[in-house]
Amino acid sequence: MTSNISNIPSSRFKGKIITDKLAGQISRVEELAYILKIKDVMSTSLKTLTPQATMQDVINVLRDYRISGVLIVDNEKLVGLVSTEDLIRCLEKNDKFASVKSYMSTQLTTVNSFDFLTEALKLFTRTGFGRLPVLDENKMLVGIITKYDVTYGLLRALEHEYHEEEVRRYRASHLFEDIESNRTSLVLRYDIKQNDFIHGGEASSQIKRALTRLGASNQLSRRVGIAVYEAEMNLIIHTIHGGSIHVEIEPNQISVYVWDDGPGIEDIEQALKPGFSTATQEIRNLGFGAGMGLNNILRCADEFKITSELGKGTHLVIKFFLKHEDKVGEGYSQNKE
Amino acid sequence: MIVKELLQFIDGTLLTKSSDLDREIKGCCSADLMSDVLASIQPNALLLTGLCNPQVIRTAQMADVAAIVFVRGKKPDQTTLNLAEKEQIPLFTSPLGMFELSGRLYTAGLPSLEMPISN
Repeated sequence: MTSNISNIPSSRFKGKIITDKLAGQISRVEELAYILKIKDVMSTSLKTLTPQATMQDVINVLRDYRISGVLIVDNEKLVGLVSTEDLIRCLEKNDKFASVKSYMSTQLTTVNSFDFLTEALKLFTRTGFGRLPVLDENKMLVGIITKYDVTYGLLRALEHEYHEEEVRRYRASHLFEDIESNRTSLVLRYDIKQNDFIHGGEASSQIKRALTRLGASNQLSRRVGIAVYEAEMNLIIHTIHGGSIHVEIEPNQISVYVWDDGPGIEDIEQALKPGFSTATQEIRNLGFGAGMGLNNILRCADEFKITSELGKGTHLVIKFFLKHEDKVGEGYSQNKE
Repeated sequence: MIVKELLQFIDGTLLTKSSDLDREIKGCCSADLMSDVLASIQPNALLLTGLCNPQVIRTAQMADVAAIVFVRGKKPDQTTLNLAEKEQIPLFTSPLGMFELSGRLYTAGLPSLEMPISN
């Protein structure tokens, strides 16, 4: 997670119209400000006074609870707020026994509990206020929100997401541990279309990601990824109707099966020679078809079998044997180089 | 060297937004042939290439490439850009040629991360 806590949304985009370009720079924290509601982060333990209280009562509350403003509530309705500034005015006049009515601010800026956090952030920036009373649908006072609440709420939400991701990863990397059978395996199946260069590599990409999730080391998922990618590109480049890739994952080995229904390879020995290729110029322009593919697979794999019959198709079996530290789905791992 | 420090050597621009610019680059590999890249590149390398298509991004992803610089002022199409954003691989474009870029980065201290492809 790369979210930057210092980039509080409203400050970075202050006064700017959010264009598509800017929207692309929105971080996870900024997104959260549009997902979390004010009621998710506000404080609900409120220190309030009635209009009949005196400024001395305000001083007591501020001191006892170490806060910097008190809400004034009459019959559960918010009628005013005494802030530190109001208190200073009162103390300057040596008037601390006056009723709060004479010093409280009554022109209050409030926010709605059901609004997104970003509304509160906008108001903090625009008004410079340190706290905003929160009202519900019926205009009743339900809480107060400060910049501290916002920061704390965002951090809590980020932590929660992080924890969920950790749990997901943990479950995947221990997948095989709780399942008992004589031989447990997980099979991933992909259909590859002939000539589909746009999506070429998508299957390999998904396989590589799955292995990482299952706790494979970087080195192992890279080896499998490269081998499968070459095989996938071969299906796209050379076959008549595309083909299939099945990846069978077991705790101690990964087996990749690739097959197609033609055209088949005339001379396998020749096809395995580095530099031998039947690819067209168009394919070469894409950076492939240099006769390195099967060789790359051979180089990455622990075991490689190829069978082919002209007019029938080609079948590859690519195997990776996992060393103890490489084992997947049994809680070894984690991202070793 | 980290990814964002590249800009001071390549006279180029960053094309992607979603990538991690603080990722470390351990060295460099210059190639147009993706099969060669797959065969020879070591993890966490910078890739200099004149090839501009989605397969470059896929190759980079498979080979754990840290960043890509398109040489000779080349710019990838939207499909390629979108894929790079999705896979969070930083892309740069530089008006300089592959030779000059390789030279500059080598002088700046980046070692080669190309292994010989032996048979």
